[in-house]
Amino acid sequence: MDAILFYAFAAIAVLAAVVVIAQRNPIYSAFALVVTLCSLAVIFGLLGSPFIAALQVIVYAGAIMVLFLFVLMLLNVRREEEHPEARGGRTLAGIGLALVTLLVLQAGSVLVRSERSPSLEFDASTTRMAEVLFSPHFLYAFEATSILILAALVGAVVLAKKEL
Amino acid sequence: MDQPAFVPHAVLLSLILFSIGTLGVFLRRNVITVLMCIELMLNGVNLAFVAFSRSWGTLDGQVLVFFVMVVAAAEASVGLAIVIALHRHKDTLDLDAFDLMKG
Amino acid sequence: MIDDPLLKVLPFGVLLLPLAGFVVLALFGDWIRRDKEETGAGILACSTALVSFGLAAWSTWRLQGLVATEAGLRFFRPYLGFEWMEAGSFRVAYSLLVDPLSCVMMLVVTGVGSLIHIYSLGYMAHDEDKVRFFSYLNLFTFFMLLLVLAGNLPLMFVGWEGVGLCSYLLIGFWYRKESASAAGLKAFVVNRVGDAGLILGMVFMFYAFGTLDLVDIADNAGSLAPEALWEFGPATIACLLLFVGATGKSAQIPLHVWLPDAMEGPTPVSALIHAATMVTAGVYMVARLGPLYHVSETAMATVAVVGAATALMAATIALVQTDIKRVLAYSTVSQLGYMFLACGVGAFGVGVFHLYTHAFFKALLFLGSGSVIHAMSGEQDMREMGGLRTKIPWTYWTFLVGTLAIAGIPFFAGFFSKDEILAATLSHPVLFGIGLFTALLTAFYMARLLFLTFFGDFRGGHEREHHLHESPWVMIVPLVLLAVGSAVGGFLKIPHIVEPVFRLEEGHLPHAAWLPRVATLTAVFGIVAAFYLYLTRPEVRAVLARPFRPALRVFAAKYYWDEVYDAFVRRVVVGGSERVLWKGVDVSVIDGAVNGVGTVTGAFAQLLRPLQTGLVRHYVLLVLGGAVALLGWILWS
Repeated sequence: MDAILFYAFAAIAVLAAVVVIAQRNPIYSAFALVVTLCSLAVIFGLLGSPFIAALQVIVYAGAIMVLFLFVLMLLNVRREEEHPEARGGRTLAGIGLALVTLLVLQAGSVLVRSERSPSLEFDASTTRMAEVLFSPHFLYAFEATSILILAALVGAVVLAKKEL
Repeated sequence: MDQPAFVPHAVLLSLILFSIGTLGVFLRRNVITVLMCIELMLNGVNLAFVAFSRSWGTLDGQVLVFFVMVVAAAEASVGLAIVIALHRHKDTLDLDAFDLMKG
Repeated sequence: MIDDPLLKVLPFGVLLLPLAGFVVLALFGDWIRRDKEETGAGILACSTALVSFGLAAWSTWRLQGLVATEAGLRFFRPYLGFEWMEAGSFRVAYSLLVDPLSCVMMLVVTGVGSLIHIYSLGYMAHDEDKVRFFSYLNLFTFFMLLLVLAGNLPLMFVGWEGVGLCSYLLIGFWYRKESASAAGLKAFVVNRVGDAGLILGMVFMFYAFGTLDLVDIADNAGSLAPEALWEFGPATIACLLLFVGATGKSAQIPLHVWLPDAMEGPTPVSALIHAATMVTAGVYMVARLGPLYHVSETAMATVAVVGAATALMAATIALVQTDIKRVLAYSTVSQLGYMFLACGVGAFGVGVFHLYTHAFFKALLFLGSGSVIHAMSGEQDMREMGGLRTKIPWTYWTFLVGTLAIAGIPFFAGFFSKDEILAATLSHPVLFGIGLFTALLTAFYMARLLFLTFFGDFRGGHEREHHLHESPWVMIVPLVLLAVGSAVGGFLKIPHIVEPVFRLEEGHLPHAAWLPRVATLTAVFGIVAAFYLYLTRPEVRAVLARPFRPALRVFAAKYYWDEVYDAFVRRVVVGGSERVLWKGVDVSVIDGAVNGVGTVTGAFAQLLRPLQTGLVRHYVLLVLGGAVALLGWILWS
């Protein structure tokens, strides 16, 4: 059951991703991205990580994409994008991509193949996540991210102002 | 609970998403679209993390995903602020138009 | 070795007083210059010189009174407690050597030096820069004293260089005059060439003998195996190298060219430095190292031949000079040649004797010429003079004494020293012949000078005739004192006094009874000939000169030494420096390399420039490419 769901939503995610990069109108790209993100959220859930799935929907799809859409509409980007001329760039990109693919496949397969998982209960619930996040191991990083967000907040406000 | 059979395929999916995102970064001319493609890449990575976390049975991967999301949020907001400033300056969102570093 | 507390200190006093004079004048010169006349400078300088002379005399008297060592040698070595240099086995101390030879030199330097200081008070009375002049004079005195009192070669070398420096400063004293400036430079550069030889000699000396202390060298020289003619053992090499330095300092062939030009300096300078003291430093050095020179036949022969050749050449040039100071300059070169000739045949004491008598009469002649020039309102050409005998009598009479002394007329000082030199060369007929002939020439050209200047009719014009006046007493008194010295100085048996220094068996000079008579006759003949050709029948001169015209032209051109040096040395060096080293190496190679680095870097940067397109796309691509490469490297290595 899970498997079927997984492959279905995986396909949706890929399709939507293709739409993201192929679509001329950025607004449509943004919507397609939202679809991808939500599909991914489902997959996260299927992989046993409810917390992350929820986070994906709330933060990514809910906040970040909304922000994108706000800016798109603010700047009134309805114009069609022109066709890029750089053909050579595309082939180069293709080559680079192929290389990356090979590499990552190589790396990934090595890691996945190895005998890993103990037959234990995989508990990725929110409680468990909270325990790990607030453990001494990650506590400092956790607090540091709040500073990061503060910096981003200030930065965004300042950068977007009409006059400094 | 043993790991589901599709975990390796999840990694493959993550790779595909990452590659599509990279392609998009190269091919698109609109700044905001490029930023969106970067988000796509990040999501691919997130998926990989979660898959491996499941595979290894530890929660470190998930914690990392958490942080990635935080950073992505910060980056997106600042990036978009910059885009707004750029648009105000040049009234275009074409990436090729910003070539001040040429030469 | 003797111990005497006073003798430990006195020589340092002699040495350091003139230095103190220099320092005071240098530091407080501006204070003295407030007085427009700057009289303080001269008085201070003369005082230090005179007191120094007093201390020198006292030191000599004390040395005299002390008990002699078994060898008959009396010497004393005061030294400072701390060493100057110390490097392994190489030790150089601040040690002086007080023995008969250095006492004689010390007395000459301070004695004649003091007289010249006093004379300068009058001669330089109208000069604007007396402070500088007297400070230099004192500084020179210090360095010369250091030279003669030093107990080891490095310390002597300090004095050697120092007097060279002062010579440069004083020749070019009137530096605004371009010829004076150039002459000073010429003197210094030529000296430097000689000094290179001297330094090499010192290095070799230390390498071969392990010591640079004068007493040690003299003591151990006798134990060295004698080196025959054309043998080049360690003694020969050391002596020849050091002799190069002597030719530079004492103006012998081939480094004599600076002395005539040095006449650009004020006359007291010419008297002090280029007659009585500095130029004699070479003779002093050779005499001091006499025991070592004696070991090497080659070195002795070289010294003698160079001395004789120089004596003859300079005398011939003096025959045709018209400037009064130039005649005296070449005369000095010639007389120095005599001194080296004496040393070269083994009669070191006689060489020193001639040094001593020469100091008197040459200083006298120079100061006298200064008096003449002073009377002539600055004119130095003898063709403009004449009949000054009655106008400046004191100058004339003292000058006459000097002339008789240098010509070698009996009773006067020069006779004794020159006679002994000729006696010493008797065993080398060629050298003797040159010596005798040069004596003839000496008498001739000096008499010529005397007659042209002081006899006959005044040829300088009415304007100058009105201004002819005798010099002030400040200038006359030294002249008189020097004349007395030139007259009776010869009776002091210097060779006997300094003989023990050379550690040779008391060789008796071959005594030829006919020699004094022949020498005197030669001198008299020279004087008479000059009298005839210049006063009685001047028209005969042109007739007599005709067959010798080409020779006379060579003499007048100073044997073309300057021209040869200019063509073969100066042009080569300067041209080489300019064309090869400057333009070739410095500009092309070195600058080229440095600029080339810059150019290459720039070119390389230009090559890389297209990489910076300014487009984000390309930058991202590069980042990706780099990441791929890194990943690949990590995975596959």
